[in-house]
Amino acid sequence: MKVYLDNSATTPVAPEVIEAMLPYFGDEMGNAQSVHSFGQRAKAALESARRQVAKLIGASATETVFLSGGTEADNLAIRGTAEAHREWGRHIITTQIEHPAVLATCEALEREGFRVTYLPVSGRGRIDIGDVRAALREDTILISIMQANNEIGTVQPIREVAEVVAEARQAGAKHLHLHSDAVQSVGKIPVNVSELGVDLLSVSAHKIHGPKGIGCLYVRKGIRLGKLLYGGHHERDRRPGTENIPAIVGFGRAAQMACEQLEDRARSTEKLRDYLERHITERVEGVRINGDPSNRVPNISNLSFEGVDGESLLIALDLKGIAVSTGSACASGSLEPSHVLKALGLPREVIRGSLRFSLSAFNTQPEIDFAISTLVETLARLQEMSAEG
Amino acid sequence: MPIKLPIYMDYNATTPCDPRVFEAMSPYFVEKFGNAASRSHRFGWEAEEAVEKGRKQIADLMGASPKDIVFTSGATESDNLAIKGVAYKYHDKGDHIVTVVTEHKAVLDSCKALQKEGFRVTYLPVDSDGLISPDDVEKALTDKTILVSVMLANNEIGVIQPVSEIGRICRERCVLFHTDATQAAGKMPFDVNESNVDLVSVTAHKMYGPKGIGALYVRRKEPSVALVPIIDGGGHERGMRSGTLNVTGIVGLGAAAEMAKQELTDEPARLLRLREKLTDGLMRRLADIQINGHPTLRVAGNLNVAFAGAEGESLIMGIPDIALSSGAACTSASIEPSYVLKAIGRSDTLAHSSLRFGLGRFSTDEEVEYAIDRVSETVNNLRELSSASEIADLMYTTSSDI
Repeated sequence: MKVYLDNSATTPVAPEVIEAMLPYFGDEMGNAQSVHSFGQRAKAALESARRQVAKLIGASATETVFLSGGTEADNLAIRGTAEAHREWGRHIITTQIEHPAVLATCEALEREGFRVTYLPVSGRGRIDIGDVRAALREDTILISIMQANNEIGTVQPIREVAEVVAEARQAGAKHLHLHSDAVQSVGKIPVNVSELGVDLLSVSAHKIHGPKGIGCLYVRKGIRLGKLLYGGHHERDRRPGTENIPAIVGFGRAAQMACEQLEDRARSTEKLRDYLERHITERVEGVRINGDPSNRVPNISNLSFEGVDGESLLIALDLKGIAVSTGSACASGSLEPSHVLKALGLPREVIRGSLRFSLSAFNTQPEIDFAISTLVETLARLQEMSAEG
Repeated sequence: MPIKLPIYMDYNATTPCDPRVFEAMSPYFVEKFGNAASRSHRFGWEAEEAVEKGRKQIADLMGASPKDIVFTSGATESDNLAIKGVAYKYHDKGDHIVTVVTEHKAVLDSCKALQKEGFRVTYLPVDSDGLISPDDVEKALTDKTILVSVMLANNEIGVIQPVSEIGRICRERCVLFHTDATQAAGKMPFDVNESNVDLVSVTAHKMYGPKGIGALYVRRKEPSVALVPIIDGGGHERGMRSGTLNVTGIVGLGAAAEMAKQELTDEPARLLRLREKLTDGLMRRLADIQINGHPTLRVAGNLNVAFAGAEGESLIMGIPDIALSSGAACTSASIEPSYVLKAIGRSDTLAHSSLRFGLGRFSTDEEVEYAIDRVSETVNNLRELSSASEIADLMYTTSSDI
């Protein structure tokens, strides 16, 4: 049996999504900028998908910008804000546990003279609203806080941050913006841009059973944003380049399904995740649940196994057909311990023994049962080996 | 064989994904959907393997080493990364860039953005055939020049620039050389070493691959080119381009490149024959028409014709069953006359009366014959509205006269 439990890294494309995309790889291959009928049909498909994606996050269609994925969305949000508002201020607030797309962009801006405050998080990975308030300065132009963390699944109080932003704006901070990376939360928990009160929000298709290479940045109406790329007036002049119609159509269909099935998917995934977690913690000694069980997306479980080397466990599990990871895929080639787990204050040896299980609505009960029994056996074998060695 | 309408004759704007390309891609949507950066399980390894195969395939198309390939979301991003990436990286060495007035918007707008930041840009003119002279490039170089960017083939008029000669000059002067090969890759033989190029932009959807994936060739040795990334993050692609790799897209780009390379032996000759048939047919049926761009130094599938006395938009509207373009797709929604056609000396009116025919892998003799008939009829109908003398006047008025 092959069991894929690394859905926070990427997800398989849903069959319905492939079906929706198919015609656009073949006869319906027009360039959406072309005037002729092929172009017009491509344009119609583009706009229909835009409405589907907008609906998933409660935005209006004109507030969505299609781009190549979550990383580009984060870059455009942060760099775009920095470039357009740099004359008003050069201070950015973010957190220590953001995705590398946010952290690396902030670090690059620091090299260009911006100041960045990296907020700490609690042992469960939550930020403190008091810290946000305290970090605000007159020259703060952007707060970027992910809605759900990719390694531990902790959900941040974005609405409360938005309230702080609203207060600051009332007090005169007209150039303050709020961005949230919602790559791991969209399709898992309700995400509504107006309820959240964000100005910018990043979404990626391949985390919700859509294709890779396509994402969206929500840009609230009226927001001034610089550009990452130049060369045409596509996407309301916010992102040039021939529109990736098949992928956009696939993203739209994936968004529509995520929207319609949000509660069902969340419920079934959460049930399996909790089952997995319960059985592992009951049958294995010294397991620690990382993150915030009361504020967590329903599909992620990050567990630390005492006295176990996570990498060896991963390899052993892979041999049995179970795919999990130690954390984010982007960093999985590196030997650096997870910056997220470090920020929780976990000691090095606990981080070393940590695994992320991330589920999707496509996982089944037999798969989870198989994963549990395999994990329990593997751990026992590894412990034996280390006892012998 | 009866022809299927509407006919697609806009292969310079985009091409359909070849069914064989899609077939290569399809396992990577569902069974092999892993993240290529996942190092802890076989889903990830399979994806990484597929990425490396695609990297080799696209590298092979241009005689490059796979290690020199950086995947991007398409040619626009590749052009931006090449130009801005070099400009920021080598700012301490110089602040001058040389390019051409007929480049794609992705190049021109990147250059304009850099000008706003204090860089200096020389935009070289082209002759009436759309070609630049290597001498002009050489003369434009200063000791502050850090980059020359000249496209291999133009997207509107298809003319092929003397890239190898320009490359040689740049190499001698130790200036980096970028070429946007979007319209030429897979359409004509091209080798990064023979052409002395350091950076090359390509995209899949102009060579029967999927949209949303492209590559930038970045020479790693002699000289070793460094870039400041535009998109930061997990440090994928040697740190030059972060973001989860678009595995399906990369597989498609690779398959398309391999196929294009194989077809280089016969396909350009077939397209050339079709283009000549189209040109001859139109010439025979219509008086007072002009070919925009050099008649022979152009990619095989491209023909751009000015039909004096027949306005381009009306022409397109008059031939709804053939998909043609009146200029670049990126600007075709605008009513501005094509800057490329203006650069070769066409008047606004004549530029507005021009059509671009893009022939490709699935174009047939029957389609070309149909196009000759329909275009000739429509042009004649539109011309009846204007008198013959007016047409002749229009034809010989160039933009410099206005």
